[in-house]
Amino acid sequence: MELHKLTLTEVAKMIHNGEIRPHEVLIDVFKRIQEIEPKVKAYLTIIPDKAYDMARDAENAIFSGRKNILTGIPIAVKDNICTKGFLTTCASKILYNFYPPYESTVTSKLLRQKYILTGKTNMDEFAMGSSTENSGYHITRNPWDLERVPGGSSGGSAAAVAADECIAALGSDTGGSIRQPSSFCGVVGLKPTYGRVSRFGLVAFASSLDQIGPITKSVSDAALIMNVIAGFDPLDSTSAPLESTDFTEFLGQDIKGFKIGIPKEYFISGMEEEVEEAVKQAINHLESLGCIPIEISLPHTEYAVATYYIVATSEASSNLARYDGVKYGLRARGEDLLDMYMKTRSEGFGQEVKRRIMLGTYCLTAGYYDAYYKKALQVRTLIKKDFEEAFKKVDFIVTPTAPTAAFKIGEKIDDPLQMYLSDIFTISVNLAGVPAISIPCGFTQKGLPIGLQIIGKNFDEARILQLAYAYEQATPWHKMKPNL
Amino acid sequence: MQYEAIIGLEVHAQLLTDSKIFCSCSTQFGAEPNTQVCPICLGMPGVLPVLNKKAVEYTIKTGLALNCTISPYSRFARKNYFYPDLPKGYQISQYELPLCENGYLEITVDGEKKRIRIKRIHLEEDAGKNIHDPSGYSLVDFNRTGVPLMEIVSEPDIRSPKEAALYMKKLRTILRYLGVCDGNLEQGSLRCDANVSVRPLGSQEFGVKTEIKNINSFRFVEKALEYEIKRQIKLLSNGEKIIQETRLWDSSTGTTQSMRSKEEAHDYRYFPEPDLVPVLISEDWKEKIIKEMPELPDAKIMRFTRDYGLPLYDAEILTEEKSLAEWFEEAVKLGGKPKEISNWIMVELLRLLNEDGKDITSCNLKPSQLVELTHLVEKNIINRNIAKEVFEEMYKTGKSAETIVKQKGLTQISDDSIIIEVIKEVMDKNPKEVERFKKGEEKLIGFFVGQVMKLTKGKANPKIVNELVMKILKE
Repeated sequence: MELHKLTLTEVAKMIHNGEIRPHEVLIDVFKRIQEIEPKVKAYLTIIPDKAYDMARDAENAIFSGRKNILTGIPIAVKDNICTKGFLTTCASKILYNFYPPYESTVTSKLLRQKYILTGKTNMDEFAMGSSTENSGYHITRNPWDLERVPGGSSGGSAAAVAADECIAALGSDTGGSIRQPSSFCGVVGLKPTYGRVSRFGLVAFASSLDQIGPITKSVSDAALIMNVIAGFDPLDSTSAPLESTDFTEFLGQDIKGFKIGIPKEYFISGMEEEVEEAVKQAINHLESLGCIPIEISLPHTEYAVATYYIVATSEASSNLARYDGVKYGLRARGEDLLDMYMKTRSEGFGQEVKRRIMLGTYCLTAGYYDAYYKKALQVRTLIKKDFEEAFKKVDFIVTPTAPTAAFKIGEKIDDPLQMYLSDIFTISVNLAGVPAISIPCGFTQKGLPIGLQIIGKNFDEARILQLAYAYEQATPWHKMKPNL
Repeated sequence: MQYEAIIGLEVHAQLLTDSKIFCSCSTQFGAEPNTQVCPICLGMPGVLPVLNKKAVEYTIKTGLALNCTISPYSRFARKNYFYPDLPKGYQISQYELPLCENGYLEITVDGEKKRIRIKRIHLEEDAGKNIHDPSGYSLVDFNRTGVPLMEIVSEPDIRSPKEAALYMKKLRTILRYLGVCDGNLEQGSLRCDANVSVRPLGSQEFGVKTEIKNINSFRFVEKALEYEIKRQIKLLSNGEKIIQETRLWDSSTGTTQSMRSKEEAHDYRYFPEPDLVPVLISEDWKEKIIKEMPELPDAKIMRFTRDYGLPLYDAEILTEEKSLAEWFEEAVKLGGKPKEISNWIMVELLRLLNEDGKDITSCNLKPSQLVELTHLVEKNIINRNIAKEVFEEMYKTGKSAETIVKQKGLTQISDDSIIIEVIKEVMDKNPKEVERFKKGEEKLIGFFVGQVMKLTKGKANPKIVNELVMKILKE
């Protein structure tokens, strides 16, 4: 049996019923990794011994009757999420030897359920990028076309899920880093509301935008992971003090009468025709399921990318100051303190990270602060208001996840601006803090997946999942597998 | 030309919370290096700060004591700079919206009251300590990293080094009253930076200022400022210009030395701290804190002069430390006469404490013991001089006055017949003096009294001795 191909929902059910043991699932997943990983290179670190130890723990738990929904499920974790005693590099040379002495809140929650960590996945260095080409170690290839990028920055997690190199994965999303690679790889990716999932142990890129979320093979898989990782965390002051929610609550319920907003600013030139076509068909499909499409406007959309690159880089320039060679990670030899600082950071950081640190440092500099950072915060407020206004009229907003399907490796790496535009439809969501999911909604003629983005109101993930589930169940896309 | 100094002080006060400002590590001073640290105060990747509520309360308390407006909405900001003792590469501090603003502190200068306005009080985290090893390595101790630090910034209302010292002293007293800071300059729990400029007397414009750092003792507050003012006046008198810069006080040479110029000053790139939510201070919370406020020194001074009839001078000294004021009040409550108790404290107790380098909290002597002693004097059981001896003995041993008097046989001799016998003995031994007295040299009375006291080992009732000596000699 090819257990690695199953969804989390399926595996969990079979483990629960005693039909299979975690060990068997893990064996299949590792077989698959052995076979496919040299082509895809989704992972940065895989330690089978540790994974098998965790499988044993899971089986002991099941044996003694302490089983939970994620017990024994092999899950891949993005390499910017701290795992105690397990190499966590953020795909950066500067953290080449960093073994965190603490566990992130999300993985602590998974550990309590006795999950199995398959390994840490590749990403753009410090989550800065949209193609995973900015990894300090190696590139990851799109399982649907090995000449193409998997998207980014959670490209490793999305590729691993798409290639069945794990049952599910965790990613992080600062400007689209869960949704865009999910779209490129034909899987499901949910960016929760800012504050829904604890950021403790997530290595910060842009603190006011970062959120951890699931990347999965199906909508119900995403709901099951959310049930475990969401919730208030006293260790994260920005996490929302909310009661726990059952994210599967509305799965399978009727979606008749849901008002779905179609923002006119999201259907403009520059979008690939096939993407536009697929998304329009998806909207028609939703209409046929009883939803009511309504054209809406998010008037400040055109400023989103500029705003994002000021807010995110400003925060990043400060967040990444700690990598100075003094306490951990890479330390280059220097003549004196300043020389050590400069050499360490010159050698340790990649080009894109340096570019963003410089951008952000500039934006915060005395004399420019008001013109850039402060102005960006004001525009951010306007973007937030756009969504508040829109959600007075509609229940959801439906858009393409990205303007294109997966592009070729190397195609945009030398043109940062073009690269930044691949997040044009996902960035506003992070600036506003609202939740959004990307689900497969078709394929290009070349057989590349296309993603549909459903944006919801704050803390309305359960309803987003309901709508996404209804669409998923009515369409064949999620059953498609890449031919590897 | 006459010049006037313009001084503003920035005071950093380490708060006496049990745990650090953003994690649960202990703030205990003096532990082995890097033993009071965790991933959060070490600023490791992915960790987040969680604000210590107590630190906010202590800052609000201070704001209230210094007559500030408490901001209902306040937030933290990042101050970015690279230094090995700053593990995150930024210090979490406050910038645009501090917790407290627009207050004042009143000092008494030559009997006149003067208000020094407080611009702002904000909360921030302390940095670690770099230790430069003789072997050529530099080591970092992060124990201090994240200890809550309150910055109290005055307006440039201070006009002399003396006023600066009075301000610091008063501020320290208030902080200690509130129990928010132990006020130890030498250990660095209270630190003082000064902005200093001078201008021709009568001028309204401010001159170019320098910032003086590293003033780590009360003694140096005045000294450093005096030096810097002289230096600036000398420059201006010679037609030279003052450069805006940061200068370091060097106590070994008694001078200030240039550390960095304005051009070399850091651009800290302040921006709102995204890892912390804004601090909201509700009226309820503020009211609760107001209810917990202790009586402050100024109020106590007023009450001591009014209720106990003490001179202002006594009241000021007794209230300098809250614990001393409480000691005094306890004694009065137990039946001591206020002025009598005050005298004993100011003359004897503070002298002994000072000699031992102790304060009242580590003193063996209890208020009840002093009251008992004053009763013994009132009842003529011992005289005043003996009482001083007994006091010192009580202070050292903690024994009761009665016990000491009994054990040492110090009870006052008031029996006329005994005293007369001693007087006669003295007269017999000193016939010449008796002769001189009788010829009119009446000031010799003191000699006879002294001799009697000596022979009675000070125990004779001096009043009776005086009367009897006079009477017998004139016979």
